[in-house]
Amino acid sequence: MFYREAGQYNTTYEQDLQAFPIKQDKIGIAIWLVLAYLFVPFFGIPGLEYGFAMNAIMIPVLIFTITTIGLNILVGFTGQISLGTGAFMGVGAYACYKLTSYFPDTNIIILILASGFVSAIVGALFGLPSLRIKGFYLVVATLAAQFFLEWCFIRVGWLYNYNPSGAIEVPQREVLGWIVTGASAEPMTRYLVVLSILVFLAIIAGNLTRGRIGRSWMMIRDMDIAAELIGVRPLTAKLSAFAVSSYFIGVSGALMVFMWLGAAEVESFDVNHSFLYLFMVILGGLGSITGSFMGAAFIWTFPIILKELGKSWFGINATVMENVSLVAIGVMIVVILIAEPHGMARLWQIVKQKLRIWPFPH
Amino acid sequence: MSTAETFITPDGRTIGAVMMEMKNITLRFGGVVAIQDISFDIREGEIRAIIGPNGAGKSSMLNVINGFYHPQEGEVWFRGAKRPSMKPYQIAKQGIARTFQNIALFKGMTTVENVMTGRQLMMKKSFLWQMLRVGPAMTEEVEHRRRCEEIIDFLEIQHIRKEPVGSLPYGLQKRVELARALAMEPKLLLLDEPMAGMNVEEKEDMSRFILDVNDQYGTTIALIEHDMSVVMDLADRVVCLDYGKMLADGTPSEVQKNQAVIDAYLGVEH
Repeated sequence: MFYREAGQYNTTYEQDLQAFPIKQDKIGIAIWLVLAYLFVPFFGIPGLEYGFAMNAIMIPVLIFTITTIGLNILVGFTGQISLGTGAFMGVGAYACYKLTSYFPDTNIIILILASGFVSAIVGALFGLPSLRIKGFYLVVATLAAQFFLEWCFIRVGWLYNYNPSGAIEVPQREVLGWIVTGASAEPMTRYLVVLSILVFLAIIAGNLTRGRIGRSWMMIRDMDIAAELIGVRPLTAKLSAFAVSSYFIGVSGALMVFMWLGAAEVESFDVNHSFLYLFMVILGGLGSITGSFMGAAFIWTFPIILKELGKSWFGINATVMENVSLVAIGVMIVVILIAEPHGMARLWQIVKQKLRIWPFPH
Repeated sequence: MSTAETFITPDGRTIGAVMMEMKNITLRFGGVVAIQDISFDIREGEIRAIIGPNGAGKSSMLNVINGFYHPQEGEVWFRGAKRPSMKPYQIAKQGIARTFQNIALFKGMTTVENVMTGRQLMMKKSFLWQMLRVGPAMTEEVEHRRRCEEIIDFLEIQHIRKEPVGSLPYGLQKRVELARALAMEPKLLLLDEPMAGMNVEEKEDMSRFILDVNDQYGTTIALIEHDMSVVMDLADRVVCLDYGKMLADGTPSEVQKNQAVIDAYLGVEH
């Protein structure tokens, strides 16, 4: 990262308003995209078995990145805290399942993207209390949503087509001759679908948060009274944040079941998962899209790395390491919250800033 | 005070017709009467000061004007029409902007973003365009950015354009807040103690900006201020409150000579 913006002048506001105004950042993003599209699908992660790299690391990380971006829109950008993430993912997943059974011939990717709208509506509905209550009280309200929806996933048989096991099982679907979902879908196809949806949604999130709507969210977050006096309608701002956030979360829920798990029950959408996603947001960095990538990748891969290291270096068995990683993550969250409340995204910025002026300290 | 269309102040400034009229406003919080039966008006293009000791009801008055408080009695008339009970964001649409006594900037955003928030009501492009951020949405964003940069230039805060406002010194934060209010292109600008806590130099700067805003944009300004020399220099007309009651209303020199005002500020022997 030994680069500076020196000599790069923005001469129009269009140039200044770009997502990555600095040339080297653009090149960096291009390299990431080339790696993600041309290297990983063919070679996986060097040093790891291909199927493991895809199924246990890449695909879930990409899916949870969508979840994290969605939750970050709500928590990081709008300042409304939610513990219903797991359940909203469930809404997306069950919606997608119902859609596939009603429209078996429709392109599954369209159905996944459409199922997000269902969770957006449900999310906006459960966002209504946010108009009156804030902080801890809102947490309780979203927690109520979590438990209510979990109850629905168990008790409302219609949602899982009265399957005696109570689980939703993903049917096999093809897109343009490629098997995309179901047991015989190749990891590479699923990876590419998830990656493309993530790129698409991340661009949308970036655009929204930098424009008028994103500003209205941040206004509500930073000073809701001033926001209202400037002309932001709290109803519109808060509910749109809940809806957009739940859309992302719903799509990621559908992807999680259809592209990764293959079958799911209510346990995949419980409150523990809600906490996990909140950790990803907080650790990654509140109010940062880049941070969402980092948070999701870190929280997901850290226990895996720790488990592998523990096994190969110290011969500790996997169960012990699992508990160790839980403790380690807990400690890490506390440390990061104290040292840098803006998470890994801010740490990354600090590192960049330090390198920018390197070798001088100031 | 005549109700004529225009009015010439002793300083020779011509100010316009009545823009906002407060008629017999009474505001109570439970048993506490914050404002009691106060009537005054604000004319187009003038600088109107509201003065009074602490707890006189000045800030409450501003909160009534921008719809944050709803008075129990009395009427607010704006540009010849009685204003129904409105929410603050609806009143913002009518062209009333304000700054706050304790700075209320959006701390997580940069200066230019804070100023851009003032353009919120004027940006109309739909959610779909915002998502794509190309074509009309981008044109709109750039167009408003240009207006904001003009205001930033005007208030001489170019150098802190991309700084997060939370880290700025107090005087600059006050100026950014003024910039944000100006970005709304208000017809009526309410300033709640714009010079509180500033040193003489900063006060002079701020006074100059207030006069420039009034002069260049023709913005009507209502301000609350404790520094009497500033008030006497800036204001066209002054209204003085004490304990929620009106003490005096008139030109600065009239108010200065008013016995009730002198008593309120200096105290009287009982």
